[in-house]
Amino acid sequence: MNPHISEQYDAELDETRNLLMEMGGQVEKLLRDAIDALVTQDSALAEEVRRGDKKVNRLEVEIDEHCVNIIARRQPAASDLRTLISVMKASTDLERIGDEAGRIAKMAKVLADMEYPSDQYNDFRTLANMTHDLLTRSLDAFARLDADGALAVIAADETIDDTYDQILRNRSSAMRQDPGTVERAMSVIWAARSLERIGDHAKNLGEHVVYLVRGQDVRHSPKQSSVS
Amino acid sequence: MTSDTIADRPNAQPLKPDATQEQPVSLPDSLLVDGWSLYYGEQQALNSISLAIPQKQATAFIGPSGCGKSTLLRCFNRMNDLIDNVSVSGRITLEGQDIYAKDVDVAQLRRRVGMVFQRPNPFPKTIYENVAYGLRLAGRIPKTELDDRVEWALKSAALWEEVRDRLKESALGLSGGQQQRLVIARAVAVQPAVLLLDEPASALDPISTLKIEELIHQLKSEYTIVIVTHNMQQAARVSDYTAFLYLGELVEFDRTDDVFTNPKKPQTEDYITGRYG
Repeated sequence: MNPHISEQYDAELDETRNLLMEMGGQVEKLLRDAIDALVTQDSALAEEVRRGDKKVNRLEVEIDEHCVNIIARRQPAASDLRTLISVMKASTDLERIGDEAGRIAKMAKVLADMEYPSDQYNDFRTLANMTHDLLTRSLDAFARLDADGALAVIAADETIDDTYDQILRNRSSAMRQDPGTVERAMSVIWAARSLERIGDHAKNLGEHVVYLVRGQDVRHSPKQSSVS
Repeated sequence: MTSDTIADRPNAQPLKPDATQEQPVSLPDSLLVDGWSLYYGEQQALNSISLAIPQKQATAFIGPSGCGKSTLLRCFNRMNDLIDNVSVSGRITLEGQDIYAKDVDVAQLRRRVGMVFQRPNPFPKTIYENVAYGLRLAGRIPKTELDDRVEWALKSAALWEEVRDRLKESALGLSGGQQQRLVIARAVAVQPAVLLLDEPASALDPISTLKIEELIHQLKSEYTIVIVTHNMQQAARVSDYTAFLYLGELVEFDRTDDVFTNPKKPQTEDYITGRYG
């Protein structure tokens, strides 16, 4: 796309996108650390995640301020307007992902006081890797303005929902067989629930990218992957 | 051109990604432009333009200086007839009637297609006489009826409350914004089908500009409005449809909501976002 006649306008939009990418990087790290803290039962790392969430919250406020100022001063249109609207919505989703990472860290702290389980949290690890991968792909799609990549993210969220349902079923049945596992199983289910929600937010990020790039609103449409 | 409504035209179809959203309303056309070209001597200023301007809607023409937007606007009431060495081809119809047909009474056409210019141009007469002037041209009218029509026109132009006690004063004593609304009152007094507005607010301060924009919003329930403006935000605020012209060509014509959020052509995108084309 051609540059604006006003170089300052380009710089302001770049700054806004850069802030969102910085926030995305922070959130990705929070999620990775929260997952590690849980599967390695590392209480100190879990505490670090809970502190890191504050920086993400600050970035969300900063991004909103940037966007509001550009809207007020420049009256953006077309792709510029869609960029700002998408960035604002994306920052809200990233902030929620940060919150969910904090909830996973909270469960990690509860689990850290227990004996390390023989299953090594395998079911949780599988879901966690899928979710982290989806978040990374959604942020890549944002950075590259890749609508096809974003549509693939939207479609992939369904797999995460299925995997979460499976964890829920397996852990529930284990609890019925051995009531002694209830405390651990409940903590894992809560953490897995957070992962499932993070998947939903990554899907939202994908929807914002499609809107930004193509001007199409693909929310709530039944066959999102077929929208061209 | 066989089509009768704007909804039949592919380039005016609103983009609806979600099939559950409401269907586009089928609007009757007011002005239909078909393959219209205009030359100043050898130089082509408009190149085979086709578009359908819907009735009782506001349509904005935008584009950089020299793109042909004012030239096109002036074709609708044959103002270009006044310029030497102009030649045209193609067809423009107003409610089905060819306005360039040989038997067209141009004075009559200009009553049906009123025009307001950038600089307010009231006559050096009283406020009352400015509005009554066009009505008198149309034939003898009893005084009481004339009074009623003047009052109605001034009310239509949102000026009545400000001038009702000074109708006998000179129009030149009004502010620029008031003069522009007086000119609009003069135009609507003869009950035209179409109002052409050529940069109607560019010589006005921001408050007077907003009053003109509000007036456009009210007037379009009765008249087809076509506005040329350099102010893209004004086009976005007042119009239902936007046409983007560039180098004498119609690049894009679509619903204003679509043009300003998701234009289809890169040249439109570059222009409305302020980029180098």
